[in-house]
Amino acid sequence: MIGSVELNLRETELCLGLPGGDTAALVTGNKRGFSETVDLKLNLNNEPESKEGSTTHHEVVTSVSKEKSSCPKDPAKPPAKAQVVGWPPVRSYRKNVMGSCQKSSGGTEATAAFVKVSMDGAPYLRKVDLKMYKSYDELSSALANMFSSFTMGKNGGEEGMIDFMNERKLKDLVNSWDYVPSYEDKDGDWMLVGDVPWPMFVDTCKRLRLMKGSDAIGLAPGAMEKCKSRA
Amino acid sequence: MPQDRPQMSEDDDGQSPPLDLRSAAIADPCSSSPNKSRNCIPSGAMTSQAFPDHVLENVLENVLQFLDSRSDRNAASLVCKSWWRVESLTRSEVFIGNCYALSPARLTQRFKRIRSLLLKGKPRFADFNLMPPDWGANFAPWVSTMAKAYPWLEKVDLKRMFVTDDDLALLADSFPGFKELILVCCEGFGTSGIAIVANKCRKLKVLDLIESEVSDDEVDWISCFPEDVTNLESLAFDCVEAPINFKALESLVGRSPFLKKLRLNRFVSLEELHRLLLGAPQLTSLGTGSFSHDNAPQSEQEPDYAAAFRACKSVVCLSGFRELMPEYLPAIFPVCANLTSLNFSYANVSPDMFKPIIHNCHKLQVFWALDSICDEGLLAVAATCKELRELRIFPFDPREDSEGPVSEVGLLAISEGCRNLESILYFCQRMTNAAVITMSENCPELTVFRLCIMGRHRPDHVTGKPMDEGFGAIVKNCKKLTRLAVSGLLTDQAFRYMGEYGKLIRTLSVAFAGDSDMALRHVLEGCPRLQKLEIRDSPFGDVALRSGMHRYYNMRFVWMSACRLSKGCCRDIARAMPNLVVEVIGSDDDEDNRDYVETLYMYRSLDGPRKDAPKFVTIL
Repeated sequence: MIGSVELNLRETELCLGLPGGDTAALVTGNKRGFSETVDLKLNLNNEPESKEGSTTHHEVVTSVSKEKSSCPKDPAKPPAKAQVVGWPPVRSYRKNVMGSCQKSSGGTEATAAFVKVSMDGAPYLRKVDLKMYKSYDELSSALANMFSSFTMGKNGGEEGMIDFMNERKLKDLVNSWDYVPSYEDKDGDWMLVGDVPWPMFVDTCKRLRLMKGSDAIGLAPGAMEKCKSRA
Repeated sequence: MPQDRPQMSEDDDGQSPPLDLRSAAIADPCSSSPNKSRNCIPSGAMTSQAFPDHVLENVLENVLQFLDSRSDRNAASLVCKSWWRVESLTRSEVFIGNCYALSPARLTQRFKRIRSLLLKGKPRFADFNLMPPDWGANFAPWVSTMAKAYPWLEKVDLKRMFVTDDDLALLADSFPGFKELILVCCEGFGTSGIAIVANKCRKLKVLDLIESEVSDDEVDWISCFPEDVTNLESLAFDCVEAPINFKALESLVGRSPFLKKLRLNRFVSLEELHRLLLGAPQLTSLGTGSFSHDNAPQSEQEPDYAAAFRACKSVVCLSGFRELMPEYLPAIFPVCANLTSLNFSYANVSPDMFKPIIHNCHKLQVFWALDSICDEGLLAVAATCKELRELRIFPFDPREDSEGPVSEVGLLAISEGCRNLESILYFCQRMTNAAVITMSENCPELTVFRLCIMGRHRPDHVTGKPMDEGFGAIVKNCKKLTRLAVSGLLTDQAFRYMGEYGKLIRTLSVAFAGDSDMALRHVLEGCPRLQKLEIRDSPFGDVALRSGMHRYYNMRFVWMSACRLSKGCCRDIARAMPNLVVEVIGSDDDEDNRDYVETLYMYRSLDGPRKDAPKFVTIL
């Protein structure tokens, strides 16, 4: 699990990633409108485990932090950043009160939308509050944070990169490390993440699963059609 | 708002009913061998000749009734059976730090004359949504048991308990002399329950609802107070999110001559506040409500708000400002010089608005605010408030990646200017070891140090190093430190410091910190006074948990969530320590997570595992 990493740590970061891998581009560039697919990229630190065999979580760096340091500071709209339940530790009572006072942001809602997130092969589930995020990008950053520790453990730092599904690779299932983000909707069907507008997704998603690419064949990409037929 | 919670020793209302005093003085002082025969027999006490123990116990009663401090009482009760018995008879105020540490029946069996109960329920991390709702901490079994056992109950002070309207109704019905109801961070009830208390508790002096969730049952509870003069001394309802009948409130205040503390909610406007203040100049503590208008200012002349404040010569504690209109802030100038406590933590006050105000507050001891006052505002505090004891700076924008208007600059300034600082809670986006070290050197009186660097794993933003040395200096130099909350990038070294130097630490909060089991081991093998340990999202596992088994019976609780614990280890501990309740809290039936422990909450208990655990709690 990794949090934010400040500018001054960039020098010490070792990253394995795509050459010229300015990951900021991925998030902003090649997305089509609403049908963004979740694109998770993990740049794992290949530092040898010098600390008596203990894996140090904070050495795993995610793409988010780099994106953050390259974006100009804009107080009104900070760049996408993973949010974690109950952090910072401000009591929900106070958060709710401040939320109603804040004019800029949307304010915090009292209810949360917790869904379980499982990743095939990971030893345990996590939970996320979908209402903490405003877009698929933010969610993907959060998931990258959460599951980076597993991938590090799995690969022993050798693979260095987990390439989560983007739209191109949906059809290319050769690389067995690909994970397809899928979700279970209100009807109990398993759909691919990214086809419906974000607010609709928050509403219908009951559970998330990052499936191994090979298992994802046959998942319905036609969530949009399904929703339309229901409406 | 800083709760003016009475210290144990200040509770002089909690005297036991008059004791059955034997008439003459006893010549012999209490001795430790009660079978020694007495030289002097009080006249008229014929039976004492045959039963010297009774004589001794009466002497004890006379003496022990003056013991107020609960640690003194606990010590006294351990002397011998006789002392235990008498202490139990004379204790009038009881404090229960964990409602599941014992059953209500045990309480009433031991203590027969309780007038005042302080009861705490959920662990603190429940405030941050780390625990599903309906976990427990129900007040119901307590109130129903006490209803039969303590008809003379006068005070109930609950924190993080689940209280229903029915509970409040039972309370109002069962205790004719009931005087004080204080609900802090509670939930489960609404304005209808409050209405019942207001109506039936005719001797009510204190009704304090603090940071609790109170549902709006659309009941005009203010009108439910009895018509005649009340005994009210304190009325705090700033957390009640429901409109209030202002006419009824004005009338209530008018017929409450003893009212000293009044905390209004945000549904009371500035004009209404003005009217109230003119009618209650004797107030010492005021929560101002919204501090704004609903509509545009009236066409008629605006009330002289400053005059109203000028009339309140006794106000020393000011809070509220829930929907502050900053142009009216100068109205509080007249009271600034007297203020010992100021809470701006719900007001988005900028440095420019703030500085003229704080400039007058020379006597300030307690100050809560949002970080909107910026480092600049903190410099102003440091320059003026030389008597400052407690500082809390909350984030206006409580997200990890938000702008950080306060930083090490503000902390440094405070440490330079406020040398008597005892307690600090500081949210920021960036910090340096140097500033924290300086504070540790400048503020030796610190007992509470809670620093929250909001970005997880964030290092010293100047040197890039972990925050180990800063927190290390705090535990080394602040020799009176009893409560510590850490944050930022921390390695095992920080915990080595804590374990070695944190001699008086009772409460420790850890989040996203440490490298390995060694960190937690340092703490569990050190920190001799540790009582409350709450950890989240840190890489501590079974080895570390096992290393603390020698001390879990001496702690109130241990909370570990999103760490690396296995069910097997927790089960082992539960088996090895039968008086420890080991709760594993999952979100629902987590079939996929057979061995992983999402949340561990364990605590000592005299009465075994609780019977009201919900489905998602597994007690091992």
